[in-house]
Amino acid sequence: MSDAPTRPRADASGPLDEGAGGGPPTTSPPDRTEAKIATQPPPGKKVSRPGDRIFSTLATSASVFITVLIAAIGIFLVWRAVPALQRNQVNFLTSSVWNTTDINDMAFGVLDLFQVTVLVSFFALLLAMPVALGIAIFISNYAPARVARPLAYVVDLLAAVPSIVYGLWGLLVFAPAISPFAVWLNENLGWFFLFSTGSGSVAGGGTIFTAGIVLAVMILPIITAVSREVFTQTPVSHIEAALALGATRWEVVKTTVLPFGRSGYISGSMLGLGRALGETMALYMILRTTTQPFSWSLFDGGSTIASKIALGYAEFNNDIQAGAYIAAGLVLFILTFVVNATARAAVAGRKAK
Amino acid sequence: MTATTDLDRPVKPPTFEKLSLRRRTTDLTATVLVSLAVLIALIPLVWVIATVIAKGLPALISPTWFTHSFSGLSAASSGGGIYHALIGSILQGLVCAVLSVPLGIFVAIYLVEYATGGRLARVTTFMVDILSGVPSIVAALFIYALWVATFGFPKSAFAVSLALVLLMVPVVVRSTEEMLRIVPMDLREASYALGVPKWKTIARIVIPTALPGIITGVMLALARVLGETAPLLILVGYAPFINFNLFDGEMGTLPGVMVAEMNNPTAAGSDRIWGAALTLILLIAVLNIAAKIIGHFSSVRAK
Repeated sequence: MSDAPTRPRADASGPLDEGAGGGPPTTSPPDRTEAKIATQPPPGKKVSRPGDRIFSTLATSASVFITVLIAAIGIFLVWRAVPALQRNQVNFLTSSVWNTTDINDMAFGVLDLFQVTVLVSFFALLLAMPVALGIAIFISNYAPARVARPLAYVVDLLAAVPSIVYGLWGLLVFAPAISPFAVWLNENLGWFFLFSTGSGSVAGGGTIFTAGIVLAVMILPIITAVSREVFTQTPVSHIEAALALGATRWEVVKTTVLPFGRSGYISGSMLGLGRALGETMALYMILRTTTQPFSWSLFDGGSTIASKIALGYAEFNNDIQAGAYIAAGLVLFILTFVVNATARAAVAGRKAK
Repeated sequence: MTATTDLDRPVKPPTFEKLSLRRRTTDLTATVLVSLAVLIALIPLVWVIATVIAKGLPALISPTWFTHSFSGLSAASSGGGIYHALIGSILQGLVCAVLSVPLGIFVAIYLVEYATGGRLARVTTFMVDILSGVPSIVAALFIYALWVATFGFPKSAFAVSLALVLLMVPVVVRSTEEMLRIVPMDLREASYALGVPKWKTIARIVIPTALPGIITGVMLALARVLGETAPLLILVGYAPFINFNLFDGEMGTLPGVMVAEMNNPTAAGSDRIWGAALTLILLIAVLNIAAKIIGHFSSVRAK
């Protein structure tokens, strides 16, 4: 009895069973075989249920489908862009003209669109990054827990407002409100190329300057969310060690939170940049189109790649004309793919450590 | 006399010194700057919402707003309502949800329950991340290239739903994955110990446990997708009348109203724009609040 548990189970079904006093007497052979199967299924006879096969196939194919989808986006955009690119009279990447109305004499280039996209996105990023850093630090290290959670929710609400509402607000409310400041910048700092008089009307407000500020508001939540998440993961031991050495609250942040969270902050900003590059409706509504060349001034008008495609929606009637816009969309897809992939790789690298 | 002063003097200098002025100033400056950043972020949020409410409310409280369309009204005439656009937005959102929720949940199930850290799991996670960064205009162009240019279907509200699926799936995957991961392992093991097959364990134990969280995620994803405008421009025309047919004809949507009425300089046009904006914000707010309430019933909680 006492040595029964230490014995191999296969033996337990043998004559030793008769010696076990406590258990019910094992009499019928079918019972015995059943018990054996339950504890030790014979190898090689793994139970395979149809439900299991169907479920795992569904789950696996759903995952494969996502990968196929991304590949399909790239393939279809290339495929549909090629016929238009073949008819293009100018170099697609280095030209600034956009004339697609006559499909036998098409000339379209993405250079100006690309430059406007880059300038407005980086301007927005420049404005949003310090503010997002401040909010993330405030939520993770300054605010009491009772305030921090609702505050994080409120900042996330900024992302819930649709971009077209931002566009509407930016065009009709914010642009007139900010225009005195824009005029002041233009008058006093006009010698600097960013603030020189561009192709847009400074007082009118349909400029990269206005659009960039609105865009900064829109990318604020994502930068804040990613940074905040990393900042709150700072090891408590680091923070306590800094406090024990007599660090002030700011010194704690500077010596523990910021070094720990730097990569998270940077990748969050990259994600924000990706968002800004692809943002369509706000820029579609705010930016005034122009025929003048782009001069790297914040007071230029123009179109970003995304807003140009949206503006051209009326031309989506034949495949060749649409192809020109699809080619521009392809550039945007590659651009955001690279930016997002870099950002995610940085986040993943952080987690792996 | 000297003896007493010697006794009064501390044996050793104090261990703790007061903070130097420089350190105190830096600390104070940092506190002020960090709090300022929060204020700066709150200004636009309050400003946008206050503007939309103030300008949209007059249109919203008109008696026909939720029951009529703009059909047959001239650009300058007031009255009419948003019914056609509300129906359009909700229909497109529902179709999009019907397509993307099963797909998203199965991807999440794969990632949490079946993947064993293999290559497919890593690739899928990466691709979901990439998909969540795809701009809505690119998603619209892809559906145009696939659905309209290649398959030859007409522009329709269903095409918009397809484009929205691309934007909704990654959000659903992310939130579902997070919810499935916090379902305690004990529940699964208890189920296996009773001889329940794996698929049944997932369908009857894991999913129901995580369900409130999953629904919350789906509603938040839906709220985000409903405000998307770029696919509407490219994939369906705007109609000021009621259209229930997703596969044919133009269809009004809330963002569609705003884009269409931007060219209308009259007071009626302005009312329609801001009324549609407020309706859209209210719709999103309802979804968000419902998501919060459902989230409270969750038996498992994210930290």
